Amino acid sequence: MPLTASIIEIAGHFALAVLLISMVLALFRLIRGPAAADRIVALDLISILIVAFSAAYAVFSGETSFLDVAIGYALIAFLGTVALARFLMRTAIKKNIINSKTGPSHDE
Amino acid sequence: MMNELITALLLVMGSLFSFVAALGMLRLPDTVIRMHAATKAGTLGAGLILLGVAFFYADLGITLRALATITFLLLTAPVAAHLIGRAAYYSKIKLWEKTWIDELAQHYAAGDDPHHDGDTT
Repeated sequence: MPLTASIIEIAGHFALAVLLISMVLALFRLIRGPAAADRIVALDLISILIVAFSAAYAVFSGETSFLDVAIGYALIAFLGTVALARFLMRTAIKKNIINSKTGPSHDE
Repeated sequence: MMNELITALLLVMGSLFSFVAALGMLRLPDTVIRMHAATKAGTLGAGLILLGVAFFYADLGITLRALATITFLLLTAPVAAHLIGRAAYYSKIKLWEKTWIDELAQHYAAGDDPHHDGDTT
């Protein structure tokens, strides 16, 4: 069936190309994001795009191992995002304590 | 034939949603607004592509793995977005100039207000 094969091939090429363009767009934000939080958000989006890319490549190449790559990368990317967010939170708390003599308090 | 058509449709739709997420990441004006684009549209795009994988192989193991990845993404994306948003607000990011409501501002003490002491990072 050359027609169906060509449909999957065309869709796979299109999806991989669009995902690569999306990664480049997110990379622009990663490079020039004004705050550290922007960079962490961009990195989170890039890791989600890598998961999608691995899944699309599992269809494109006919090799199902790339789905396992997607699962493992999703786990590791979540850990990395949480670690970076906690680091940013801790840095902000330290800066707040230094800036205001009273220190952060959550009273109303 | 039907499976391949559905797979092609899901792949194209998922990649287009991912492209929308990346476009919003580039064009939207504010960290918190950008997080909205990245978390929702990105997760939807990846989930659609993983559904496409499940439809393409039509195999129990592959489908279960794809569904497990989708569930994991749906569970962890809000957690990660919540953590990043809290850390970003606490580290005094600059909000968009047209933001007219900031419900979190009154929950911080006066010496700790992230947006009224002139030091916006």
